[in-house]
Amino acid sequence: MRRRLLDRLLAARAAGQPVALVTDLGTGQQALVYPDAIEGETGLWDEDLALARQMLAEDRSGLVGESLFVQVNNPPLRLVVVGAVHIAQALAPLASLAGYAVTVIDPRGTFATEARFPGVALSTDWPDEALTALQPDARTAIVTLTHDPKLDDPALEAALGSAAFYIGALGSKKTHAKRLERLRSAGFQDNALSRIHGPLGLAIGAKTQAEIAVSILAQVIAARRGSLP
Amino acid sequence: MTQDSEDVLLTARQWLDDGKSVALATVIETWGSSPRPAGSRLAIDQDGRLVGSVSGGCIEGAVARRASQVIADGEPCLMEFGVADEQAWSVGLACGGRIRLFVERIEP
Repeated sequence: MRRRLLDRLLAARAAGQPVALVTDLGTGQQALVYPDAIEGETGLWDEDLALARQMLAEDRSGLVGESLFVQVNNPPLRLVVVGAVHIAQALAPLASLAGYAVTVIDPRGTFATEARFPGVALSTDWPDEALTALQPDARTAIVTLTHDPKLDDPALEAALGSAAFYIGALGSKKTHAKRLERLRSAGFQDNALSRIHGPLGLAIGAKTQAEIAVSILAQVIAARRGSLP
Repeated sequence: MTQDSEDVLLTARQWLDDGKSVALATVIETWGSSPRPAGSRLAIDQDGRLVGSVSGGCIEGAVARRASQVIADGEPCLMEFGVADEQAWSVGLACGGRIRLFVERIEP
């Protein structure tokens, strides 16, 4: 690997730009493949280039044929938590440990504080505005935990308008049924509403805030890895 | 994985800046129950310092020895490790998996 390529790779990562390092295992020559560009020592056949970009999108490093190795470098997955509540205090560090970049949104200033969420990115904007500003993409999971329709509903409406790979809303079956009714009245169709996991979390019998956080994160991971039960 | 491999590359660059020669080993293929997925990295400097991981610690020593040769001659190479034998002196993976690695020198 050439130093210049290493510098470019690290610069792309620092900028949060997805990039794949493609190595010709026969010659050791390398190229950097971006979603819309390519640079480096080795050219690639169109077919191999398309595969490398597909692997980048799927976050999957591996071989292409016998002699090309594709190593994907994606920015961290993101978890946006609406509601700086008790469960969020357990979920934020847990998700961070699992590699997620976590943002907690709560316009109630007494909840979203540095003291309650040390080191976590916080927003005290209204949830729909905060979410829109964060531009959730297909590498983003969104969880609403406030129990308050005034906060959760606008967040869910913004979430449904995004490509987020996971949307979950805390609340009992009854609460969730009422929530879906309100969102239907707001004009959302059932196929869109089926994206919301509610009640959220995998059924592991979670009781404490930390256990509930584990069950939520487990469901987010299962969604990301295509392993939802 | 994203984060720890970033630390590997950042550390490798720091070593280069310190004037050291550095090799990089990358897991390119795995079979069975190997502990680290494809894309996992280990950087090795000329003094044998290591950062990162390509297994649960089973083969890092052998990779580091091969890396010193790659640092010396600049020729990239492929390495493959399988299941550990009963004999104490063989290097392998106790987990029963197999992995293939690419080892290269970082050209300063």
